[in-house]
Amino acid sequence: MIKVDNITKSFGADEVLKGISATFEKGKTNLIIGRSGSGKTVILKCMIGLFTTNSGEIFFEDQAISKMDIGAQRTLREDIGMLFQGGALFDSMNIEDNVMFPLRMFSNDKRPEMLKRVNEVLKRVDLENVNHKFPSEISGGMKKRVSIARAIVNNPKYLFCDEPNSGLDPKTATVIDQLIQDITKENNITTIVVTHDMNSVMEIGEKIVFLKNGTLVWQGSNQEIFKTDNKDVTDFVYSSDLFKKIRNIQIKEH
Amino acid sequence: MKKLIKYISDIGSYFLMLGKVFKSHTKSSVMKELIMKEIDDLIINSLGIVAFISFFVGGVISIQTALNLENPLIPKSLIGFATRQSIILEFAPTFMSIIMAGKVGSFITSSIGSMRVTEQIDALEVMGINSLNYLVFPKIIAMLFYPFIIAIAMFLGIFGGFLAGVYGGFTTAADFTQGLQDTFYPFHLVYAFIKTFFFGMILATVPSWQGYYMKGGALEVGKASTNSFVWTSIIIILTNYIITQLLLS
Repeated sequence: MIKVDNITKSFGADEVLKGISATFEKGKTNLIIGRSGSGKTVILKCMIGLFTTNSGEIFFEDQAISKMDIGAQRTLREDIGMLFQGGALFDSMNIEDNVMFPLRMFSNDKRPEMLKRVNEVLKRVDLENVNHKFPSEISGGMKKRVSIARAIVNNPKYLFCDEPNSGLDPKTATVIDQLIQDITKENNITTIVVTHDMNSVMEIGEKIVFLKNGTLVWQGSNQEIFKTDNKDVTDFVYSSDLFKKIRNIQIKEH
Repeated sequence: MKKLIKYISDIGSYFLMLGKVFKSHTKSSVMKELIMKEIDDLIINSLGIVAFISFFVGGVISIQTALNLENPLIPKSLIGFATRQSIILEFAPTFMSIIMAGKVGSFITSSIGSMRVTEQIDALEVMGINSLNYLVFPKIIAMLFYPFIIAIAMFLGIFGGFLAGVYGGFTTAADFTQGLQDTFYPFHLVYAFIKTFFFGMILATVPSWQGYYMKGGALEVGKASTNSFVWTSIIIILTNYIITQLLLS
């Protein structure tokens, strides 16, 4: 479980997060949604420690990050898996070495054991026979899968995903969403996904936090988001032509 | 005024970066591999261009010196002497370092800058790895071998001068060799290698700083590489002046 308590973050005079409090539950795919510039990625980067907050506190299982010493923070980071928007795979390494990287850094296993684990996670994300290819030689969807494999190879307790579907075709996007949800359930981990993709909201949004201009304006589940009368949320949800048409059909049917 | 403050802030950020490079060391088995890779990228892969440029510049120095010797009272051994002094004191350590700022410096900035743009550095940080130690420390260690490149540049520069001078008909082998041995101060070699060591450290760290702290996208990677070349060259020239003033005056 991850809890953010009244966190704020500014870049110069620009206040990007304005006192956000939320709880992200274990064993669930928690989604942070909102329009571009609403502060979704900033809150994610605060949680994974790439940005420091100006005020407020972030708790990982009741442990406040600011109260942890450097050793504890480092141990915590070993428990974090991160899927970056572009994959962030290391160009100079092949797929096998990319996925093996966290193991090489943090485990004392011998190479054959590490290789066994790498092949296990690559199989889990439906990628086989790509071990010796380089990131530049595989497709965008495959890169995302490799990135997921790298994120879970160390059995993390927390999985963060920044726009996992950006740049993917709808079918591949659904596969990635499903993979994230399955991994969350199988390993009972806390997963936080930043997205503005309404298909993801429908597919995997067990808990949804909606941000607007750096404030939390609504939270609920994917069942509740289509019933809410919060104007900010409905404006966002029905900004898509497809959802607008579905709603109009539903209104006509009633 | 704003620019001045920015320069001062940049200098501060550079030294803070150096401090962080030596903290939280990467696992030694991984670091060994990284150092070997950097030695290959930065040192071994530079040997070809260094050999080519040194050999021909040495030849040109020899020919130009010979063509400027119009007075018959000046001995032909001066060709060997001038070639040796030019190559050992300035060409090999300083101007080869400027050339390396273009080759090695741009490579370092663009590779680290690309990692910044594509969030690879963020990925390292999220994993709890000190990205500065992981990326910059192996480059610093690899550049400890930089004097080895400069030694080769010195040898090939003088050898090129010898071939051009002797086989071009400007001097004899005996005169050239005598010139090479005339008033030779071993301290000049010490001076050359001291400044080579400093230039090596500048070549490893200034381009790394440019790449690590760059912001933006692909276009900015190109700009950072250009800035890296400009600033590395300026710092090398200034350091050259300071070291020369301290050691030779």
